[in-house]
Amino acid sequence: MDCDPRSLLETVVTEGCFEAMGLAALLQPVVDRHRRDPRQLLQILRAAQEVLGYLPAVALTAIADAVDLPRARVEGVAGFYSFLHLTPVGRYRVLFSDNITDRMLGSGELLDRLCNKLWIERGKVSEDGLVSVDTTSCTGMGDQGPALLVNGRPMTRMSAERIDWISELIRGQAALDDWPREFFVVDDNIQRRDALLTTRWPAGEALRTALARGRSAMLAEMQRANLRGRGGAGFTTHIKWESARRATTRGERATRYVVCNADEGEPGTFKDRVLLASYADLVFDGMTIAGFTIGAEQGLLYLRGEYAWLLPALDENLVRRRRDGLLGGQICGQADLSFDIEIHVGAGAYVCGEETALLESLEGKRGVPRIRPPFPVHAGYLGQPTVVNNVETLCKAALIALRGGDWFAGLGTKQSTGTKLLSISGDVERPGVYEYPFGVSVSQVLSDCGADNAQAVQVGGPSGACLAMHEFMRRIAFEDVPTAGAFMVFGAQRDMFEVARNFSHFFAHESCGFCTPCRVGTSLVANCMDKIANGHGSQYEINEIFRIHRLLHAASHCGLGQSACNPLLDTLTKFRPAYERRLRSLDFEPAFDLDQALAGARQMTGRDDPAAHFGQPARMPGGER
Amino acid sequence: MNAAVDRKKPRLATTSLAGCFGCHTSLLDIDERLFDLVERVDFDRSPLTDTKQCASCDIGLVEGGLCNAENILVLHEFRRNCKLLVALGACAINGGLPAQRNHLDLGQCLQEVYLTGPGIVGGQIPNDPELPLPLDKVRPIHEVVRVDYFIPGCPPSGDAIWKFLTDLLDGRTPRLGYPLLHFD
Repeated sequence: MDCDPRSLLETVVTEGCFEAMGLAALLQPVVDRHRRDPRQLLQILRAAQEVLGYLPAVALTAIADAVDLPRARVEGVAGFYSFLHLTPVGRYRVLFSDNITDRMLGSGELLDRLCNKLWIERGKVSEDGLVSVDTTSCTGMGDQGPALLVNGRPMTRMSAERIDWISELIRGQAALDDWPREFFVVDDNIQRRDALLTTRWPAGEALRTALARGRSAMLAEMQRANLRGRGGAGFTTHIKWESARRATTRGERATRYVVCNADEGEPGTFKDRVLLASYADLVFDGMTIAGFTIGAEQGLLYLRGEYAWLLPALDENLVRRRRDGLLGGQICGQADLSFDIEIHVGAGAYVCGEETALLESLEGKRGVPRIRPPFPVHAGYLGQPTVVNNVETLCKAALIALRGGDWFAGLGTKQSTGTKLLSISGDVERPGVYEYPFGVSVSQVLSDCGADNAQAVQVGGPSGACLAMHEFMRRIAFEDVPTAGAFMVFGAQRDMFEVARNFSHFFAHESCGFCTPCRVGTSLVANCMDKIANGHGSQYEINEIFRIHRLLHAASHCGLGQSACNPLLDTLTKFRPAYERRLRSLDFEPAFDLDQALAGARQMTGRDDPAAHFGQPARMPGGER
Repeated sequence: MNAAVDRKKPRLATTSLAGCFGCHTSLLDIDERLFDLVERVDFDRSPLTDTKQCASCDIGLVEGGLCNAENILVLHEFRRNCKLLVALGACAINGGLPAQRNHLDLGQCLQEVYLTGPGIVGGQIPNDPELPLPLDKVRPIHEVVRVDYFIPGCPPSGDAIWKFLTDLLDGRTPRLGYPLLHFD
């Protein structure tokens, strides 16, 4: 085997091979770049994997030594994230986005087609170590699917022709840079612009306006705007900022933090992708304004691993902002004002969208949600007061700095001020990002995006609400239908049971595993749904789903488990026939074929008598009974 | 006693499938309360009565998982006849000890035991139709029929079984508190 480091990524490597090459030499620049800081563990692991292809046991040991953490802790983190690999992966790692909207566009058939062309089994690395093909949770390309990631780079609008081409490229071992560029094109697809997306201010304009207003005045504007968080929960932003500003810092490194939550993992959401791609200055302005207002000197942007392709442009932007005096020391010439932003990249864990799990991940740990209180505004990143805001919220804050709180409060409804970005996908003529003032009706949105025969809309992603036709007059607003932005439309031809089943598997996959109700419960629910799908279902499974839902809702550690059954309850209420037509009986059916369970024994004994079968008139063994 | 109590006593059936009879032994551990029990229920099919066929019953206690065809037939018979079916003990609930064979291939298992194992000459895999065929995997009973209640434990204590049965007979939803559910 070739053990030359230069050809590392060209060969199947073994652990022995790593040792022979001097693993330490390979890892040293990685750990040094991150100051051997244990809080950078996730970033170190990501970088190490980029160098080594995967994370062999010897590398974990070396990293544990370098950052001075227990070996188990390092492996615990490495094992937590979907995009970190403890065993060798293919040199081409193809991951199909597995959201229901991708499936509706035929992603399942395309995945099978690619596997057939490459002679491989889904989820297994080819014997020559060349390629692996599998699925991953929604990659945030619902408006241009079916989508996939190849070695972390997004590819959109997959078709049979493109898949055939890709299989040729992989078999020809073409470098990714030599693949047709049009495969990697990601469009913004902005279909409707309102207050935010019509903004064309130069970088730093919002920040300068905020600085001119001063801290208290900025906070007052935020209060007048009554901005509520756009990540889903809808907490009032100015209260969050005010609390963090008033909270006491502690310890040697007493400071405050601003965290931008760009872990846009809710299936069907992609508006933050567009903001980060085309409105990054507004995001960074918003973060800096938040930092100025609460008295923080450090901002952290947590970018989901699926969006790592945005990183180079974002980093460039940060460099530009530092050069222009918008970041770093003496911001906008103010001697006492310093603020900088660092980007952390996630590694494929939906739960990290929950703010306290995100903080854990930022600290280099497994993304397990914390118990609240204390809330992050009092004890967040490294125990310091921390504001965690969604990407869109921070953009809105920048907008408020520019245009004032009264202007903002004049948009939308009384309780839901301003506008909302919707990520619209599914059975619509014009998928993409739509910006509306809050209060817009679902039917208005449907008519704008060209959804003529919609039977249902999933608003807010799997953990949100499934609306049926009779609810289309309802309005997008915190007081009616709240949403983080996902808006998936299902035409009359769609099977709502399959939609719910897809979501049940999503939650089972993304459960962080920390609490038993969620870890076990989400899998039980997914099994129930599979059993029904396979034609072995009965009223029993329906009852089980309701029972497990009550348990998950009451006993789960965080919102993931608590809301995991929402899409099932909604579809069971509104689309019950989609379930019932699959049920075999009203009592109970085994999930497997009883007669088939005897096939092995029949073969070994050579028996074929009636007692060797089920479903035939059989005499009880033992005769006289 | 008034006349209303004169109606028929509830009928109780018990069986052991792929189990070790430990749960039944635990049932005997209710000791002198057995006298109270027979005052309150009539036993139907059970190792205690040696009745071989189950008639219409109120409660069925099933010990053990499912390892062969006969287990399944007996379980079906219990489900058909019992208004309430109870999985009694770890094997009925999870497959338990017998399910440890589930990671082995049944064919290879039979082959090694009867044909190729050490010291076997001229062996043969038993194929008498009187013998129930083994299933490919050992299954907990709730994978084959609907089960109404589960009493955990290996075995559940006599007290747990007594608490469960008296709750049921007195019209309370059975509830085993923590002392009856912790096993260390």
